[in-house]
Amino acid sequence: MEAEVRPLPKMDYVAPSSLKEAFNLLKKYKEKARLLAGGTDLIPKMKKGMVRAEVLIDLNRIHRLSGIKQRKDGLHIGGLTRLAEIRESPLVKEKAPALVQAISLMASPPIRNRATLAGNLCTASPAADTAPPLLVLDASVKLQSGQRERIVPLSEFFLGPQRTVRRPDEIVIEVIIPVQEGSSAFLKLGRRKAFTLAVVSAAAFARVRQGKFEEVRLALGAVAPTPLRSRRVEEALRGKEVNEENIARAAELIREEVKPISDVRASEEYRREMSLVFTQRILAKVDGRG
Amino acid sequence: MKVKVHLRVNGSAYEVEIEPRRTLLELIRDDLELNGTKEGCGLGECGTCTVLLDGRPIKSCITLAVQADGREVTTIEGIEGDDGTLHPIQQAFIDHGAIQCGFCTPGMVLSAKGLLDENPRPTELEVREAIAGNLCRCTGYQKIVEAILSASSK
Repeated sequence: MEAEVRPLPKMDYVAPSSLKEAFNLLKKYKEKARLLAGGTDLIPKMKKGMVRAEVLIDLNRIHRLSGIKQRKDGLHIGGLTRLAEIRESPLVKEKAPALVQAISLMASPPIRNRATLAGNLCTASPAADTAPPLLVLDASVKLQSGQRERIVPLSEFFLGPQRTVRRPDEIVIEVIIPVQEGSSAFLKLGRRKAFTLAVVSAAAFARVRQGKFEEVRLALGAVAPTPLRSRRVEEALRGKEVNEENIARAAELIREEVKPISDVRASEEYRREMSLVFTQRILAKVDGRG
Repeated sequence: MKVKVHLRVNGSAYEVEIEPRRTLLELIRDDLELNGTKEGCGLGECGTCTVLLDGRPIKSCITLAVQADGREVTTIEGIEGDDGTLHPIQQAFIDHGAIQCGFCTPGMVLSAKGLLDENPRPTELEVREAIAGNLCRCTGYQKIVEAILSASSK
């Protein structure tokens, strides 16, 4: 049953204007604090009493956390960049079309005007729509705490529903999408066309040379405890000729990888079936056969 | 704890001291007594609380008032002309019978304004996408889409 909506509880609020200040505040308040980015997930959860915070550390004044830059090694998207800004970016459209397609199908425009990329990833919903495209684009997450910095491949970032490798004293600085040749795409199955969570989502990346999959990556959302990168299907296709038989045979392997649950949106069985259907459909979108 | 917040609402500057737990919607309705903005679900799903923050639609029930510090907020009270004439989108809603109970109307109009300010000639699909976060329980969507499309060509 849906939890009751109530006014937010009393809390303190700090809005650091630099990362250094933010790290000091995280050190000071530890688990009493929650980071506030877009707030589109956090505030409703607090209103439902699902999340508590004595202090909110508002990151929105740290300007270097948002923005999209192209560097030698790839596209750098600041953790605080709004989903709407990413969707409208010609740079992302060109380098990471699957991400733009995914964001276009997320929530609603007012939510996308506030919600951030790091927020979507750190919430770590199995159905987080930015995850499958970023997984197939081989993206990494840069985390920082004080002077210590580490870069974690997104495929190692999620631990379970609402759980990631981010330590409480760390902030997601940016997401890095490496330079690469190839095409990417995203598809989502929901209960409606708009403003809905995924029943199944799928993203794929492929680089086809001389009729063969030189590189291919596949990821599904909402069919396992974390967004799922399908290594088995990828391995079965890598180096293989692009044809119906190879794709159909490889796609079957997705059945062994997904671990769906039944919930209000769909049954386990339906998700398992749709995982196969969407694996086939998404591969057809990137396999270069038009 | 109270935090000082400077913001502009419908062109007027305000300085308020406010508890950080209070939402922008509460500030607008309870402190500024601008009751055109409605509270529906309180969770950012229904869109009745939609206002413009620096020109873009957001859901004020899940935005903290402190997050509007230094920003410009536009509510339904702020879009009519200086002489009190209705905004073309408001007039189009009347002309097309796009209002039934009226509860979703302020949010619908502001979502439409956010769209038309950026994209003066949207397609029907773009209009439908722009109001995807605004629920009308009278289900008068078709007339709302027609009203927005007609306002777009003016």
